[in-house]
Amino acid sequence: MFRFQAFHMYGIIGTAVVLGAIGVALIKRYNIRDFHGNPIQFQPKEKGVVRYLAGGVIFGLGWALSGACPGPIVVNIGYGFFAMIIVFIFANAGTFLYGYFKDKLPH
Amino acid sequence: MREFLTQTWSWWFSGTMIAAIMLCLVYFGQSFGFSSNMRTICAAVGLGKKVPFFDFNWRSKSWNLVFLVGAIIGGFIAHQFLSAPGAAVQISPATVADLSKLGIRAPTSLQPDELFSWEALFSVKGFLILAISGLLIGFGTRYAAGCTSGHAISGLSNLQWPSLVAVVGFFVGGLIMTFLILPLIF
Repeated sequence: MFRFQAFHMYGIIGTAVVLGAIGVALIKRYNIRDFHGNPIQFQPKEKGVVRYLAGGVIFGLGWALSGACPGPIVVNIGYGFFAMIIVFIFANAGTFLYGYFKDKLPH
Repeated sequence: MREFLTQTWSWWFSGTMIAAIMLCLVYFGQSFGFSSNMRTICAAVGLGKKVPFFDFNWRSKSWNLVFLVGAIIGGFIAHQFLSAPGAAVQISPATVADLSKLGIRAPTSLQPDELFSWEALFSVKGFLILAISGLLIGFGTRYAAGCTSGHAISGLSNLQWPSLVAVVGFFVGGLIMTFLILPLIF
């Protein structure tokens, strides 16, 4: 998808975001309650630029190298691509590394 | 119906399903974000004793681990019951040409054998590619506090600026890897 040679992935994400945005707007507009009867609240993301940009770039490098983001990694494991188990194990290791170095990183 | 499901799903159907999953999770009081599972797993195996970031009540996030197991089962069902025999993932002819220049043949199933077969896994280079990509994904998603589901789908749907910054970052990283680093590796 990063070669921009196929529309497929952009169609998927675009459709999901447009329908998702309509859904979220309707939930807010009509104060729709969830299954348990509680008001649905959307947590705004914390402000900041550095963490989102730096983290995003690092994730993007891994996404393009493995060809999968976290959800599809485990879908691929179920599909029978057991090499993805290695990616998943090391993704957990990467998450641990972030937790370990968190306080030393700019956010 | 079966024919509709066994071919590669059209982009609008897949996108609609993803939005439906996100809104379904919201309706049941949760949120759609996959990469936080890896923080939960780190906490569940006891790393919270060493690193405060993993010291939280991970059981409150166990619903998301159920979602993870469901995604694995979904992949299994897609392969066993919903794939037409011999069907390969449809990628653009231009991409096939670019990949062949890197020595990677078009996939006969969902992924190219050169990267995801057992032989690839047991070669040093193949293993390093898988391991390093995993590290980058796990580190980057937590640093950015979300991945494709948490930022590109949930965040953008809620019109969050930080999510747009993160998605721009995803693309910068993806483009650097695709056009600058991959040609050096292969």
